Amino acid sequence: MQQIIYFFIKNKNFLLFALLFLISFILTLESHSYHNSKLISSTNFFSAKVYSVTSNITEYFDLKEQNKILLEQNSSLLKYQANTNTPISQIPLDSLLSKNFEFTGARVINNVYNKTNNYITIDKGYNHSLEPDMGVITSKGIVGIINKTSGKYARIQSLLNTKSQINAQLKKSKHFGFLTWNTQNPHIVQLTEIPKLAPIAIGDTIITGGNSAIFPKGILVGRVANYTLENNDSYTVDVRLFNDMTNLSHVFIIKNKNKQEIIQLQSSDDAE
Amino acid sequence: MQNNQIILNIVRFVVLMLLQVIVLNHINFLGYVNPYAYLIFILLFPFDASKTLLIFLSFLLGLSIDLFSDSGGVHAAACVLVGFLRPGILKFSFGVSYEYNAVKLNKVTFKERVLYITLMVFIHHFVLFGLEIFSLSHIVLILKSTLFSGIFSVLLILCILLLFNTKEN
Repeated sequence: MQQIIYFFIKNKNFLLFALLFLISFILTLESHSYHNSKLISSTNFFSAKVYSVTSNITEYFDLKEQNKILLEQNSSLLKYQANTNTPISQIPLDSLLSKNFEFTGARVINNVYNKTNNYITIDKGYNHSLEPDMGVITSKGIVGIINKTSGKYARIQSLLNTKSQINAQLKKSKHFGFLTWNTQNPHIVQLTEIPKLAPIAIGDTIITGGNSAIFPKGILVGRVANYTLENNDSYTVDVRLFNDMTNLSHVFIIKNKNKQEIIQLQSSDDAE
Repeated sequence: MQNNQIILNIVRFVVLMLLQVIVLNHINFLGYVNPYAYLIFILLFPFDASKTLLIFLSFLLGLSIDLFSDSGGVHAAACVLVGFLRPGILKFSFGVSYEYNAVKLNKVTFKERVLYITLMVFIHHFVLFGLEIFSLSHIVLILKSTLFSGIFSVLLILCILLLFNTKEN
């Protein structure tokens, strides 16, 4: 017994190191496993507060750029109004989308894009009825999916995350695939599993497919920059995003009012 | 540790952590190169203080950086490793003399100081990027990030130490 206690005292530094290293290793593994990184996140009270204070200061630096984006969005809405003669207050953000979707605006308080798994923190949370698995866009295009919420803040799993897999399709031919990211360039993502039959050309527009309950069909993603044929007879397409993921300030969160119904219907199919 | 040393280290801990998460994590030089200057806390932690305490504080420092950068436990793992290896690296860079009389980082030769900082930074960065990217097929990316971020960190740490050198004396 004495020997055991002596052993512990003698090696206390190594044992403490081993224990703490193991804890951090488990946290790391947990953050790499799909959809499950919930223990350590920047939505906790302290870090979110620090980020919102600093973003209150730094957002003045790109007011000019944000004004330009707002102006573009306004002009496209005005154009729509002039062409259809409907009062602007009655139409949602994008009239192409069905009325089952609601939009909430939020401000980005922290945006990371230089790692392999990137997250964005915004200043609204479940107090503003945001939930995990809601889609996030800007007026230019898609951003990512919410994966964790706290009272006043939420964390978005960005498109620039090796764990992201978002359903998207070619605008002209409806062939769909999955958006993934190969970590090389924050302006370019990969669209995989496009069938060989699909007529594809550089410059084609990519939009979201309507196959998930998260994004409505027809949200802009980007343009085809390059494509290669893989061994399994499908294309992998490099897509240049419309959005500048390195410069995000205001985003919209999409809430699907029929999501619960869709999920219930799909799960009842599985049961049969 | 004396009282003023304890306060100095607490202030250093908080200031370096905030500097890292607010400023340095957003530099993105050439797209992905960021310096990790919070290592200064572990580098400067009193050489004669308890090693157990250093390991524990390194873990806390790494974990608080992780809390801000949504990275699981990668900073904590890297920090706790360099905290544990520090006595060995000190002995390697300054010779056995460090164990008997308290060596001060601003009194050793420039060569020894650079050796010590470089060793610590590169071990830390290799573990950090290895765990963050966590895939053998990206080994080139891991080594590239380690090299570029490492050089950036070493230069920045040397500059910061030079700037605050007079205050320490």
